[in-house]
Amino acid sequence: MSALLAVDGISKSFRGLKAASAVSFELDAGAILGLIGPNGAGKTTVFNMIAGVFPPDEGRVRMDGRDITGKRPDQICRAGIGRTFQIVKPFGGLTVRENVIVGALASCKTVADAEREADRVLDLLGLADKARQPAHALTLPDRKCLEVARALATRPKLLLLDEVMAGLRPTETDRMVAIFRQLNRESGLTILLIEHVMRAVMALAQRIVVLNTGEVIATGTPEEIAADQKVRDCYLGEEAA
Amino acid sequence: MAMGRATRMLIGLMVALLLAPFIGNDYLVSVLILCLFNAYLAQAWNIMMGFAGQLSLGHALYVGLGAYAGGALFFHYGTPPWIGMIVGAAIAALVGGVIGFLGFRFGVKGVYFALLTIAFAEFTRILFDHFTWVGGSSGLYLPVVRADHDNLLLLRGRPAMFYYVILGLSAAVFLICHRILGSRLGYYWRAIREDQDAAQALGIDTFKAKMAAVMLSAALTAVGGVFYAFYTNTLYAESAFAMHRSIELILGAIIGGMGTLFGPILGAFLLTLLGELLTRLAENFGHGFEGVKQIGYGLILLVIIALRREGVWPRLAKRLGLDGEKAS
Amino acid sequence: MSPEFILGIAIAGTLTGAVYGLMALGLSAIFGVMRVVNFAHGEMMVGGMYIAYLLYKTMGLDPIMMLPVAALGLFVVGYLLQRYLVNYFIEVPEHVQFLLLLAVAMVFTNAFLMIFGPDARGVQLPYAFDSYNVGPLVIDKVRLIAAVIAVLIAALLGLFFAKTRTGKAIRACADNLTGAQVVGLDVKHLYAVTFGLGAACVGAGGALMLLLVDVHPHLTTDYTLLGFIIVIIGGLGSLPGALLGGVLIGLSEAFAGFFLAASMKSMFAFGLLILVLLFRPNGLLGRGA
Ligand SMILES: Nc1ncnc2c1ncn2[C@@H]1O[C@H](COP(=O)(O)OP(=O)(O)O)[C@@H](O)[C@H]1O
Ligand SMILES: [Mg+2]
Repeated sequence: MSALLAVDGISKSFRGLKAASAVSFELDAGAILGLIGPNGAGKTTVFNMIAGVFPPDEGRVRMDGRDITGKRPDQICRAGIGRTFQIVKPFGGLTVRENVIVGALASCKTVADAEREADRVLDLLGLADKARQPAHALTLPDRKCLEVARALATRPKLLLLDEVMAGLRPTETDRMVAIFRQLNRESGLTILLIEHVMRAVMALAQRIVVLNTGEVIATGTPEEIAADQKVRDCYLGEEAA
Repeated sequence: MAMGRATRMLIGLMVALLLAPFIGNDYLVSVLILCLFNAYLAQAWNIMMGFAGQLSLGHALYVGLGAYAGGALFFHYGTPPWIGMIVGAAIAALVGGVIGFLGFRFGVKGVYFALLTIAFAEFTRILFDHFTWVGGSSGLYLPVVRADHDNLLLLRGRPAMFYYVILGLSAAVFLICHRILGSRLGYYWRAIREDQDAAQALGIDTFKAKMAAVMLSAALTAVGGVFYAFYTNTLYAESAFAMHRSIELILGAIIGGMGTLFGPILGAFLLTLLGELLTRLAENFGHGFEGVKQIGYGLILLVIIALRREGVWPRLAKRLGLDGEKAS
Repeated sequence: MSPEFILGIAIAGTLTGAVYGLMALGLSAIFGVMRVVNFAHGEMMVGGMYIAYLLYKTMGLDPIMMLPVAALGLFVVGYLLQRYLVNYFIEVPEHVQFLLLLAVAMVFTNAFLMIFGPDARGVQLPYAFDSYNVGPLVIDKVRLIAAVIAVLIAALLGLFFAKTRTGKAIRACADNLTGAQVVGLDVKHLYAVTFGLGAACVGAGGALMLLLVDVHPHLTTDYTLLGFIIVIIGGLGSLPGALLGGVLIGLSEAFAGFFLAASMKSMFAFGLLILVLLFRPNGLLGRGA
């Protein structure tokens, strides 16, 4: 079976600064892949290229065997990729429920269906009791949760999570981890996750890709990555310092 | 089926408005026509800015296009205004579509987009001022027939007839907005208004949705323009497309509450009545204080922007216990 | 048509354009520093014109002599406006700022209307019809004076931003607001000074403009839009761009006024604005998109 997502040598420069260079990795259906690296390593840039925020300068992205390079974000969403934003972007003036309904409309035929789907997702993520609040009134952890809820409501095959656990308390992190694990196991959701919270990455990811200054410096299982000297030098070393 | 409180109040309001011409005199009817006309336009503009978040400061363009389409067709060929409305709406939708297409495709955003709408409106104003087929700068006068005989087909007749026509149009635009706001497109618009990037990441074709908002808003505004032409019977490009019309048109929606359904109506009524009051007062004080009404408008806008940016309706709705039902 | 004639039009357009440029300079400076789009700009211009007019009418003073007074008056207006109103709206969405200044503009325009009435008012200067002959060319004295003063003031403003302490502090606020606050700059005051200076340029521009045209309250919207056109063509926030844009618009108006109906001249300006918005959104001198 070929990979669900295949990232093939994508690069991006911002005003001469190479934010990502020739990044490649593959992700099989049903897998969870972690993307880690120090701040400014280019992780979000890689996400944005996959999600269609901007096209890569070179390289291709394939989803389900189809070339999606250079497609618009909405087309990529419809191709089955849901994403969250590292800097959360709630629809502040809408209620939490309405936020999720917007996401659900991508996967549902009617507004009524979308409302039901939204309620289901809100329940799943424990946001049901805040459903009627305006989104701008949420705390940061809840906003992160809302990002996930909205993306999930689009019923993606692949979910891109950009540091959704940053700023969460350990118990909240554990709950998130449990939810993702359940989604992965029960509905076969494939996940690509950028995370700084190492505990979460180690618990979730089956494989990890490490970026540093825009380049992939290591790929492997969590154990291999933890043991890799290069990674320790540039990344884990930084954490310890 | 239990009727919601909002629905009951709405029906009450509608009944009161339907009876108004039987109770009030001609002056009241003329003021109410003005209120409803402004409410209609505010609601049409609200689709674009209030729902979809695209600021247009050039909506007089669509009023003018509608007015001139309906007016010129009637003047030259005796075409009934109802057909003029269709033609005017189509032309306005087309022009709005062109502006939207250029603006959105070329990434003209925010204030720059607003300036683009002004530029098109002003450009067209000068163009029509030199467009002799529609009278150029000397204006277009619609033939007036005997005023004691109502002809609904040709919209020639007494104030009460115009009153019911604009009441019907306002009710229609309200219902259209209500329906759309709860629909898929309504969700798309509000998502785009709040955060376009997030909306797009959730699978919304933002370009199409915004185009729909501009074109619908333009078309509905142009229908109001046809009404304006037949009610006033006189068209000058200078005034039909005027910048200050574009500004006045949006005040009702801002004061009442952008993005809400009742806000534009409430705001337009408040503003029109206030304007009428100020004009009367100024007249009583003699020597034609032309600016008083406008200064009043400016001060009210200032106060609203400074103190209650969401407009007066949301708060009032809460007081009336309607906040659960107010759409957005 | 002789080349002298065409050159004559070009010179007149360039000179008028320099005064436009001075007006637009104020708008551009305010935007460049605070990112505030001053919708009441034309109102300030007309305010400057009326101040000069009043001084002329009551004391018979030459508007050129009164230029400092108009500039000072507008500085105070601009300073107060920013200090006690706009400063509270720096963080709000830009369309809210836009509407706020629109409200201010409505009040100003109609105050002018109430105070001065709708009639056009102008000044009669003894040297109004004097001109210089340079070879075959004829150059209006008034226009030349106005343009020279406009360029001088623009140069002074540039010097102020480049050389003085306050000017440098204002630039620091524009480049890095948080940094400016951290080092303890009084941002509110500096913003108000900027708005005041922007308004002063417009006030001076107004006094000069009164040499060339009569003033009436409905000029306000025209000048506001003209100001937008000029700074967007030159690049919002760019001071040399404002002057260049002013001259371009002055030229296009002069030629359009000759070759087409005078009333169609601003159609060119709006057409140009549309093209610039679409193809060079950062203006002709702005950095690429
Ligand atoms: N839209 C952008 N424009 C300019 N530079 C950018 C943009 N996005 C990211 N960068 C730069 O690219 C580099 C990588 O950033 P990013 O991908 O956000 O890193 P990470 O997510 O790993 O922390 C940084 O130096 C950042 O400043
Ligand atoms: Mg990042």
